Amino acid sequence: MPSVKIPKKSTNVDMTPFVDVAFLILTFFIMATKFKPPSPVEVTTPSSVSADKYPDNDAVMITIDKDSKVYFTVFSEGAPKVFDDIIGSINATNNTGVTQSETNNFKKMAMVGVPFSQLRGLLQTPVDKQKNYKQAGIPLDSMGGELTFWINAAKKAFITEGKKKLTYLIKGDNESKYPAFKMVINAMRKNEEFKYQLVTTPEEAPKGTEYFNKVKAIK
Amino acid sequence: MSAIEESGDSGHKKGPGVKKAKKLSTRVDMTPMVDLGFLLITFFIFTTTMQTPSTMKLNMPKDTKKEEEQNKAKASGALTILLGKENHVFYYEGELKSDLSNFKSTNFKEIRDIIINKRKDVISRYVRDPDCEAKAQKEGKKISDCADQDFVVIIKPNDDATFKNTVDILDEMTINGVKRYAMIDITATEKELIRITEGGAPQK
Repeated sequence: MPSVKIPKKSTNVDMTPFVDVAFLILTFFIMATKFKPPSPVEVTTPSSVSADKYPDNDAVMITIDKDSKVYFTVFSEGAPKVFDDIIGSINATNNTGVTQSETNNFKKMAMVGVPFSQLRGLLQTPVDKQKNYKQAGIPLDSMGGELTFWINAAKKAFITEGKKKLTYLIKGDNESKYPAFKMVINAMRKNEEFKYQLVTTPEEAPKGTEYFNKVKAIK
Repeated sequence: MSAIEESGDSGHKKGPGVKKAKKLSTRVDMTPMVDLGFLLITFFIFTTTMQTPSTMKLNMPKDTKKEEEQNKAKASGALTILLGKENHVFYYEGELKSDLSNFKSTNFKEIRDIIINKRKDVISRYVRDPDCEAKAQKEGKKISDCADQDFVVIIKPNDDATFKNTVDILDEMTINGVKRYAMIDITATEKELIRITEGGAPQK
């Protein structure tokens, strides 16, 4: 074979622009990110044109998952005494017998969705293991069921701790059935609460409708 | 930066005087850096929640037994919307006739036009109400707001309706600027009527 020299071309590609872009995107995501709070249930909320602000604090959230199971969450940053008060009144009304150490666990938890009979069992499970704990949902009936006690306890606790307003959030899954929602409303009604905020995903108002024109006029 | 790199010819013999000092490349291998960059991007994409949820106000009426405290709805201005399973929507205007001739089936796309038309219909039949107009003027509202005071939408989801349906129909109230609407329990007659109609309703 005659030795003909073929100049070998480098296989190296200049990666600099690639890295630039990658880090630009990375910076964007770091800035824009807000960590998802850990939640044992996945809930897809319906979309709505109303864009009222979602309160981060001083709220009680009732979650309805796709199997129409109901969970209860309290948001009370900066006032951990609220949690003690809630457990205190639950203990008093339902003889659940939750201890102090279990109450401390309750403060760290994302949501409670068990009947009172299983409450201690759930609270004894460490928070990081609760993902695997099958929660049965808070029992409901047309008169409100156990949820009534939870709402009542939260309502009293917020008053005791001198908090002014308590927002009631209802977060329902797209697939959850209306009767569950109605029973949640009934439980609220038993506690003389008539104003709620439904958690939704923002959506653009359809063009040409009255609401669309109203929003446009404000902007 | 020079894009040409000499490599692979070091093993060959060169002629006299052609020997060159080997230049060291200034290039840094960026591959691990890119790997790491994309790993982090993936991580942030998965953990991020881009949209902060918004909320929608819902005010329910107080339970009241007293007749005089209850809001009366004029039958002529009422539109009752019933929600069934699989996104079915039914409606009737005014009171349900005994021969069921005004019980109609529709869907979420068409319900908007039905609401708008009904409202126009109510406004066109408006007889001037001096009480309301005086009150509106006192409160700094528009007199034209009185025109649709009789227009009321009654929402009755049945047991098969989903939460999404409920929110969608409440949203429709906001979209169309319906000021008076109420969510009421469905009656047994209406439930039965939906059940029969859904048996024959075309599947989506």
